[in-house]
Amino acid sequence: MTNITVRSVTNLSAIPKEEYLYKCTSACAGCSSSLCLRYVLKAAGSDSVLVIPACCTSVIQGIYPGTAMNVPVYNVAFAASAACASGMSEAFAAAGKETNVIVYAGDGGTVDIGIQALSGAFERGTNFLYICYDNEAYGNTGMQRSGATPLGARTTTTPGGKPTTKKDLDRIVEAHNPPYMATACSAYPLDLYKKVKKALSIEGPKFIHILAPCPPGWRYPTEKTVEMGKLAVKTGTWILYEREFGKLSISGPSKAAMKKPAPLEDYIKGQGRFKNLSPEILDLMRQQVQQNIERLAREEAGVC
Amino acid sequence: MLTIATGNKAVAAAVKAAKPGVIAAYPITPQTEIVEQIAEYVAGGDLESRYIPVESEHSAMAACIGASVGGVRTFTATSSHGLLYMHEMIHWAAGARLPIVMANVNRALGPGWNTWAEHTDAFSQRDTGWLQVFVGTVQEAYDATLMAFRIAEDERVLLPMMVNLDGFALSHITQSLDTVELGDFVPPYHLPHAIDTENPLGYGPMTGPDDHFRFRWDIERSMRDARGVIAEVEREFAERFGRSYGPTEDYRCEDADVVVVAMGTLGKEAEVAIDRLRDEGIKAGSMRLRWFRPFPDLDLAGREVVVIDRDYSFGFGGVVAHSLKSKTGIEPYSVIAGLGGQEVTYNDIADFVRNRRPGTETWFGVSDHV
Repeated sequence: MTNITVRSVTNLSAIPKEEYLYKCTSACAGCSSSLCLRYVLKAAGSDSVLVIPACCTSVIQGIYPGTAMNVPVYNVAFAASAACASGMSEAFAAAGKETNVIVYAGDGGTVDIGIQALSGAFERGTNFLYICYDNEAYGNTGMQRSGATPLGARTTTTPGGKPTTKKDLDRIVEAHNPPYMATACSAYPLDLYKKVKKALSIEGPKFIHILAPCPPGWRYPTEKTVEMGKLAVKTGTWILYEREFGKLSISGPSKAAMKKPAPLEDYIKGQGRFKNLSPEILDLMRQQVQQNIERLAREEAGVC
Repeated sequence: MLTIATGNKAVAAAVKAAKPGVIAAYPITPQTEIVEQIAEYVAGGDLESRYIPVESEHSAMAACIGASVGGVRTFTATSSHGLLYMHEMIHWAAGARLPIVMANVNRALGPGWNTWAEHTDAFSQRDTGWLQVFVGTVQEAYDATLMAFRIAEDERVLLPMMVNLDGFALSHITQSLDTVELGDFVPPYHLPHAIDTENPLGYGPMTGPDDHFRFRWDIERSMRDARGVIAEVEREFAERFGRSYGPTEDYRCEDADVVVVAMGTLGKEAEVAIDRLRDEGIKAGSMRLRWFRPFPDLDLAGREVVVIDRDYSFGFGGVVAHSLKSKTGIEPYSVIAGLGGQEVTYNDIADFVRNRRPGTETWFGVSDHV
């Protein structure tokens, strides 16, 4: 039934006007993860709780006794968000409440230190939504590499470029067979909004992985933050999709991009973190993008 | 109802009576029987509770934190490495002022693997802001667990509480157990700062030095208030159920010239030693220290004291001996004994008293008078 409501939201003007993330947060200029959070909360509504491990959002929400949020926010230790959300979800169930429990965690808190708790919560079938906003490094602490940092990217702990590839978080989550999982990107807020709505209409553990470009971390001008997200999708570097009860469907913006992806250089060249990339690494990156496109295209077509 | 039970099963029976809304469970020897027994209660419909079989102790405490602030009573149990693995969240639970109750079955830490009794695990959580009680019998394991919910959830306290029982020496031994009809002894769970989406608050955001410092003082203020609450609850428990407890359990102390201070099962063993010593004409008594946090005031003026520590703070000394010394000014004879489940009999304890040398320390069976 919720799907009908979701389909009726065809443009941004149909998104609720209520704000749950107030203006003037402590976010950096051009921060795309706070932009995403704004739409996540609009989709979730007021009967929701955010569980937040150490991440950029710990800072963005402001300093005690102030808060930039109009929903309860439970801050918890770095590795603990999915487990904390498990307890909270069970407590609400025990009390007969239907409050949405939403983890909003960065990539470090998800693919690295938080992955055990995440895996445990998904295996147990916890009724919650876990959102990873991925800026591909430890942004809060000044851009150190995380398991989600892509090949070749310079961070403060990979000054020569990261020698290994990005951990494929989505395939790890997929291995838990969740009823719903999706990818999203800050440059496509309507797509994100619909996915959050749909996720929250389903019982059980749900997962959304958002690519969230980061101006200071990726080293591009703040006004390019939406453009950077669009280029990630148009080059096929980031593919938008949903997986409902295992069934894959590629989302609109990525369908065209997968048929004819824009040149990878369009995405790479505007980012300081990829400066002086060797031709060999660039070639490897191209191969990875192509392989990923082909893998998902084959799966969607039913050719596995 | 009079029955028999192990220490672990007594804890589980008390949890059943207190009816937590959420229980997080992860197995570890010698605690496992507690979470197994509770799983049986839940599966059999004897306890209506959400049972979360977490994937680690860190997550067990994190889940209790989420559930407790979510508005329901919570319980978990652990031991040894499990307790240390959840250390970060132990601090978090106290700082977040959540009245989580946990049973900790005291066990040594590796390496090498040793699953027997030692108090190092609990003492390593000494400065976290948790209330800690140590029990000596199966009955006391049951009674203390019941009282833990009442004490921790009292609005003057609102701190988590750990009930400690010795691994195997109490967790796995069988004694008589008298279970009670709880009535309204433990009132319904009410957390003043529980999450309420009608009144959205930020919990634990970035906090500057002034507020942080104030919150730390607030923990200590509640810890001080907890002394009165504990006395009140123990008194009411005695009135309702006929068993009385205090900060210490004193045995033949009134006219004693020398007092043995120990914790847990060694404190009970000491009572037998006292009878032996009295037969020999030595005016000895035993003071079993029950509460570790808040640490009680001890009335030991004018006596010689023998402290048995089932723990050690390397580079410093026995934790109980030094706590007692700093509280009372008395230089005890410090006996380090029973580590890793070392057998310590009442004859051994009587020897500690006979051979006492106040102001010195001995490692029983390992090194004398160092």
